[in-house]
Amino acid sequence: MGTIEQTTREILDLAAKQFKVTDGSLKAEDDFYKKLRIDSLQALELLSRLENHFNIELPDYEVQGVSDFKTLAERIQARL
Amino acid sequence: MTKTRRNQEPVIEFRGKALRWEWREGVIELTLDHEPLNEIGTLMLADLETFVAAFDGLAPITSSCIITSARPGGFSVGGDLKELYKDALPLAPKKRAAGIRKFLKRIHAVANAIDAAPFVTFAAVHGLCMGGGLELALLCDLIVADKMARFGFPELRLGFIPGFGGIPRLRRDVGNSFIRDLLFTGRTVKAESAHQAGLVSHLTGEGYALQVARSMAQQVTKFEAESRVAAKKFLKPIPFAELRKEIDLFTKLFSRPEVMERLRRFIETGDPMKHLPVDESKKQP
Repeated sequence: MGTIEQTTREILDLAAKQFKVTDGSLKAEDDFYKKLRIDSLQALELLSRLENHFNIELPDYEVQGVSDFKTLAERIQARL
Repeated sequence: MTKTRRNQEPVIEFRGKALRWEWREGVIELTLDHEPLNEIGTLMLADLETFVAAFDGLAPITSSCIITSARPGGFSVGGDLKELYKDALPLAPKKRAAGIRKFLKRIHAVANAIDAAPFVTFAAVHGLCMGGGLELALLCDLIVADKMARFGFPELRLGFIPGFGGIPRLRRDVGNSFIRDLLFTGRTVKAESAHQAGLVSHLTGEGYALQVARSMAQQVTKFEAESRVAAKKFLKPIPFAELRKEIDLFTKLFSRPEVMERLRRFIETGDPMKHLPVDESKKQP
């Protein structure tokens, strides 16, 4: 299992790649809905990518209300 | 041998407002293409009714059919709740229930016909496949899913149950623990979990669901029609009694004023998690 910093970095990289945002422009504290300009359904697409990448199952009710990468990374870390 | 009941000419190409299909070498490819994500409302329903009406002409020359989506976000996110809400809102409760029941009966007639189609049906699924979208996929004999696909029944979060045959058809195919998990938590599951549960027959690489479904559909064309149709009837009975109960229960739940209020918030709110409304009982005072 990687550190929370590694998990956060991987999430930022995957999100940047999926939603075609410049590498390095995303920060852990960013609100991903605003920064990526995505809606709740696109957030589910990101969740699928993260579950496949980390080989975990993360029920979407566990991330309900989560909008920043840092908290998202914590929820993922808890499932690794 | 399958008979053409009304000597109907096969409609080998159709372009509707919400979908299109094309027949080639024994295989129909039906593509859902209705913005934003193939919501099933009156437009989609009318096109699906046209498709079902073409079965008699297509059956003698068709071995298999693939249902797929041209929308980048996925297969379908289900019933057009905006339209249902808009149509139901001005009606008095009794008329609202009657209107919903009438719509559901139309949907169920189409669903039962696709379920029993005289050819082998495949859903090639990518992205989101939720609510009525999952119910449409469940009509098919086999679901082929991209590994990034996602499945779920979020209806209970809005105060009703899946209404297009979801629970009876899911019960036909998978175990109760998986069904209850999907229903009672309202969560969506990744394709791999749906595959493990038996909902998905083939899991494919990203972007390859349609290609794999085409390969399977071609394989089906090698077998003779009579045994294929007989096997399908034997393997896949339609749960009519449960489907009728579902219409009653959906109508009862959906007609309640609290559901109208939840739908209003669902449709009008700018909340980013609008598809997963927060349970009012858990809200802080």
